Amino acid sequence: MILARVVGTVVATRKDPRLEGKKLLVLKPIAPDGKDESGYVVAVDTVSAGFRERVLAVSGSSARMAEGCKDTPVDTSIVGIIDTIDMDEGADSR
Amino acid sequence: MYLGRVVGRVWCTVKNPGLHAQRLLIVQPLTPELKPTGRNLVVTDSTGAGAGELVYWVKGKEASFPFRPDEVPSDLTIVGIVDEMRVKRQPQPQPPSLALWKSGPCSSQK
Amino acid sequence: MLIAKVIGEVVATRKHQSHEGRKVLLVQPVHLDGSDRGDSVVALDAVGAGVGERVLLATEGFSAMTAVGRPDSPIDMAVIGIIDRVDLLPELLPPASPASDR
Repeated sequence: MILARVVGTVVATRKDPRLEGKKLLVLKPIAPDGKDESGYVVAVDTVSAGFRERVLAVSGSSARMAEGCKDTPVDTSIVGIIDTIDMDEGADSR
Repeated sequence: MYLGRVVGRVWCTVKNPGLHAQRLLIVQPLTPELKPTGRNLVVTDSTGAGAGELVYWVKGKEASFPFRPDEVPSDLTIVGIVDEMRVKRQPQPQPPSLALWKSGPCSSQK
Repeated sequence: MLIAKVIGEVVATRKHQSHEGRKVLLVQPVHLDGSDRGDSVVALDAVGAGVGERVLLATEGFSAMTAVGRPDSPIDMAVIGIIDRVDLLPELLPPASPASDR
């Protein structure tokens, strides 16, 4: 699983029927301290995450273990909204 | 899947039994403009591709699927031979950095 | 999933039978600012995408196979959606187009 923040949404009318009704969000991976990491990924939202929220995303075949994603063509899904991150010594979670 | 050209072949006498009778080919990954990109790879083949042919291959667990029910321990397998390609895109401006360095002072001694 | 642009089509007569009847597309993944992200890849089409369109690219085997409807086949990438719009936080928009978010 990765830590990420929601930075955008994707709208696609013509898509796989099994993706219909699913919210597609653009995520930017972050470090535990909240700093952006490189790249981005488009993920299916299963927890009603909003813009700027820090979320937990799972990728690969495990993404389809998330509720409502079984047997759908999904490779990354958001499975949690992060409240706090506690790190051992040094790194603070903001 | 990825695009490339068959540039060689590997022979192994000793190999995992799962690779028995598998042809091992070397491919050079290419851009759609047919420029080499990245390092050479050793792949198995499910299409009968030969030297010099333009192919595309699949990566990961799926690379063993064409050989089912045999269990072939391969992570790269050619799954198609390209006859023709239609590419349409504006060339992106290349970042000047690397190319300039490579042809810089270091390479002048040859 | 990644955002990508369809830049071409591949014609292949000899290919794995699971790829028959599907368009083979050349697809260039892009960054959020629209610039190229790495090398372009070959993906099967599951939605009827055409050259020049901005699409959603599944980059993992199972999702690609499910989208194309060919389970247990050697498919690791597929175009699973055609993107109409991407909305981004203002700070991520390319500096060249500051007005586009308003």
